[in-house]
Amino acid sequence: MTGLAALGCGLAALGAGIGIGNIGGKAMEGIARQPEASGEIRGAMIIVAALVEGAALIAIIVSFLCK
Amino acid sequence: MNFKHFISILTLLVSLSINATENHTDTMHAATAANNQESEHTDENKAFDPVPTIMHHVQDANEFHILGAISMPLPVIIYNKTKGSFFTTMSSAFHPHHGEGHLEVEGYKMEHARIHSINGDEIIDFSITKNVFGMLLGMIIVFIIMFVIKGKYNTIDKAPKGMQGVIEPLIQFVAHDIARDNIGKNYFKFVPFLMSVFFFILINNLLGLLPFFPGGANVTGNTGFTLVLALCSFIMINIFAKKDYWGHIFNMPGVPKAVLILLTPLEIVGLFIKPVALMLRLFGNILGGHITILSIASLVFILGSAGKSLGGSLAGGVIAIPLLIFVNAMELFVAFLQAYVFTLLTSIFIGIAQEEHHAHH
Repeated sequence: MTGLAALGCGLAALGAGIGIGNIGGKAMEGIARQPEASGEIRGAMIIVAALVEGAALIAIIVSFLCK
Repeated sequence: MNFKHFISILTLLVSLSINATENHTDTMHAATAANNQESEHTDENKAFDPVPTIMHHVQDANEFHILGAISMPLPVIIYNKTKGSFFTTMSSAFHPHHGEGHLEVEGYKMEHARIHSINGDEIIDFSITKNVFGMLLGMIIVFIIMFVIKGKYNTIDKAPKGMQGVIEPLIQFVAHDIARDNIGKNYFKFVPFLMSVFFFILINNLLGLLPFFPGGANVTGNTGFTLVLALCSFIMINIFAKKDYWGHIFNMPGVPKAVLILLTPLEIVGLFIKPVALMLRLFGNILGGHITILSIASLVFILGSAGKSLGGSLAGGVIAIPLLIFVNAMELFVAFLQAYVFTLLTSIFIGIAQEEHHAHH
């Protein structure tokens, strides 16, 4: 059961990693194309990254509780 | 479940599993000892286990440990549910050493830096614990900074200098870039709340990163603290919400009645998910950061087999110090980022609740 919880923790981190990686990559692309909009893009990037991270953290805490 | 004692329960779970594995290894050792392999037994038994140490540092405590045997006594206020009476003393009455009390006082004992009842009475701990002390300190620092800065604006003919130069851009940042851009025309009503939340979280995050006495309490990495902050946000979001916001939750315009049966419960759940996500995000990030820092510091003790091998300790130090500098710098960034994200998301949710729709097609 502990092993499974750890596995779930890892999967949550993996999902968040892929998600935040995508967000960061696309934001970089956007900034490279339109450097004048970098402020707005950065703000939006942080909001979306925080939302993805929230889902991952909920998953990690549930995996803690299932232990 | 009782979120206020979430960490305690978490620690309990972890320590239970550790006890279980210890018992397991003990029986294993007994078996190997029977096979005359005692050297292996002693070697494995002395290995440093970082988990209890780390949990001790991120956990709340009824005393504030400073250095070696010195610790700051804190007031203990306990409500005994079974007896229905209060019990107050100072934590020094338990003569604690590294969080383990040597004395029992009126049926209470100190274990792992927390007060417990000996005969199993149900108690509620209202004590000024380490976290409460850290929080009050953070509050006082915010007050002092803000009143000093406020006094400087009585004479505004001079350019800002000193602390003013740090706080003024931050205040502008919260008021304009966070509040005005996300809330809209009614933004000024919410600026005092957002500003308090931002600076309170920021100062407590930074205090938590200090490894020595006045800081070091894991205040923002505690569900009790973040729960109350999220509750404040929840109240601020919903109490000033406009009619259209409730309309979109209970009776989404332009949606068939049959779909509403499915949609409305989801919207109501969404109402509560927002503060819960705020709570867990701050808690998880700060606790995670603290555990990472402590794990890397534990490397010195693991490689040095708890201080017995000098070469191992040195090797651990060489690996750990650059990593620690890197992680601490990153946590410094996270301290700002999480204060920003909490305030930003609160103002976005307030903005959603403040929005007024005039026409639907």
